[in-house]
Amino acid sequence: MSAPDPVPPALELRNLRVDIPTRRGTLRAVDDVSFAIAPGEILGVVGESGAGKSMTGNAVIGLLDPPARIAGGEVHLNGRRIDTLGRGALRRIRGAEIGMVFQDPTSSLDPLLTIGDQLVETMRAHLDISGKAARARAVAALEEVGIPGARDRIDSYPFQFSGGMRQRVVIALALCAEPSLVIADEPTTALDVSVQAQIIALLKRLCAERGTAVMLVTHDMGVIAETADRVLVMYAGRMAELGPVREVIDRARHPYTAGLMASTPAASRGARRLYQIPGAMPRLTDLPEGCPFHPRCPKAQEDCRRVPRPTLAADGGRAACLHPLDPERGAEDVARAAEGTAR
Amino acid sequence: MLAYVLRRIGQSVLVLLVTGLVAFSMFRFVGDPVDNMLGQERTQADVERLRDRLGLDEPFAVQYWSFLTNAARGDFGLSYRQGRPVAEIIAERLPATLELAAVSAVLAVVLGVAFGIYAAIRRGGWLANAIMTASLIGVSLPTFLIGILLIWIFSVELGWLPSYGRGEVVDLGWWSTGFLTASGLKALILPAITLGLYQMTLIMRLVRSEMMEALGQDFVRFARARGLPERAVTLRHALRNVAVPVITVTGLQLGSIIAFAIITETVFQWPGVGLLFINAVQFVDIPIMAAYLMGISVMFVGINLVVDLSYLAIDPRLRAGAGGRT
Repeated sequence: MSAPDPVPPALELRNLRVDIPTRRGTLRAVDDVSFAIAPGEILGVVGESGAGKSMTGNAVIGLLDPPARIAGGEVHLNGRRIDTLGRGALRRIRGAEIGMVFQDPTSSLDPLLTIGDQLVETMRAHLDISGKAARARAVAALEEVGIPGARDRIDSYPFQFSGGMRQRVVIALALCAEPSLVIADEPTTALDVSVQAQIIALLKRLCAERGTAVMLVTHDMGVIAETADRVLVMYAGRMAELGPVREVIDRARHPYTAGLMASTPAASRGARRLYQIPGAMPRLTDLPEGCPFHPRCPKAQEDCRRVPRPTLAADGGRAACLHPLDPERGAEDVARAAEGTAR
Repeated sequence: MLAYVLRRIGQSVLVLLVTGLVAFSMFRFVGDPVDNMLGQERTQADVERLRDRLGLDEPFAVQYWSFLTNAARGDFGLSYRQGRPVAEIIAERLPATLELAAVSAVLAVVLGVAFGIYAAIRRGGWLANAIMTASLIGVSLPTFLIGILLIWIFSVELGWLPSYGRGEVVDLGWWSTGFLTASGLKALILPAITLGLYQMTLIMRLVRSEMMEALGQDFVRFARARGLPERAVTLRHALRNVAVPVITVTGLQLGSIIAFAIITETVFQWPGVGLLFINAVQFVDIPIMAAYLMGISVMFVGINLVVDLSYLAIDPRLRAGAGGRT
């Protein structure tokens, strides 16, 4: 091994496991997830609903809804382990070192407080700063996220803003205490298509300027393609594929990733009809034996049913698949599969 | 917004005019006051004279108008039974009721909100469960039974607290208070608990359910994700957002505390207006009943007005809506 990297990753997960104990047994919502995000890097996390993307993000900031809990693994923030911290210490990290952007800006903001009050309270929770100085910084923060007339609008209430403007306010709130990591959970899903690109561009620019690492959770491959440096594909609470964004998009190795690409309008160049991955993601209560994707996989073979669930190591750290797609022929495979469902 | 406020005040006045009509009609339809006042030994001339003096031969509208204008000045005429001005009799009794109601209301609101918040954030904890179970007693037992139970335990069995009356009171000239003597304070405890318990449990259960809903909202989640201290998340964000329903119910309950002090005052022989009203009903002392009815309705209308205006203070969206309609 060479000398350890002098700059620790902004976020590093090691074999993270999240369990949800229920009356009918324990569900494993996130299983053996490991990845690192370097300072300034944007990691896209994609997958269908229920794949464990949001659950992973919530586990990082320590806001899992009980009874869900971290059952194993480690979370390191800038080289410091944080999953073992107490409630108070974790609270001081939230907002200060990890900023969070949620899906729906309309419900994320407290309807009864002005946006200025919400910015000031956030800054004063983390920074040793007077109310007056915090207000001045709040105006600057609103200007930075592109709220026109920030000085006059700081005393406005959330309902007086449009959806896109509200999400800008949310981003200002997430970044106002200068965190080193932002977890953006579907930040554009609830917005008009016309403002989605603006919000993504804004988030990308602000984080690049500050060297903030971003974990961008989304199911929109188009957003990932435009924004992320690397991409993690999750399936049924597990990592399916992890790699540089162009590599994964152009030369997917996991059949699930290839299916996702083929079912995305922007990524399936010119296919007459969008591909549909057959079936649905299994419930956590009845995961199949072997590879969790094999019942839906066009390339599944006998050993996929038998061999215990593969990890990324099965494909040299890239895809959790026993029979990864040939990088040169991946596109053809998908095209063929797409033809198959079109008939 | 000003137009909204004025409209609400206008509506309040209208409601008071209608209740005034009801109170006034009691004089005309619940027996003939002249019969009540003169008794058996009377001449037709006596009747005529009294009718003339009381203005009972005036047209209906004129009588109603003079009733209203007199009522607005606090003049409800003479008590049939005591022959003294009603305003004077009520003024003697009012401090007892208001002190009892104030203590009960403070007890109900402070404990109700505090227990409600606690039960919401410690949901499932043993103390929260114990509070919720105990609250069932407050909700389901009738007031008089609670009063009698308390008297039995604390007055009869333990002998700690008096079972009736106000104890010693200090007369301040315009107000007689039981707050300044030990026996006055001791006498307040049981009636105040009896009167406030139902309201407290009601407020508590409401605060709990509203808070549990609010705590699951996205903005509370986002407030936590921003790293705000839990106290700020609970009080500044969640509690403020449940203030509108809680204030609505609390306001009405405060009205009921005064209006339904009747039962508690009867159980504890508390010398307040509730007891006065019950006695007035027994003797068909209509001026007192009318004055009581008007007083309670003024209070309810006033509380409602304050509640409605408080919505505007709490919720900026309503302020904008009210402003938009002007």
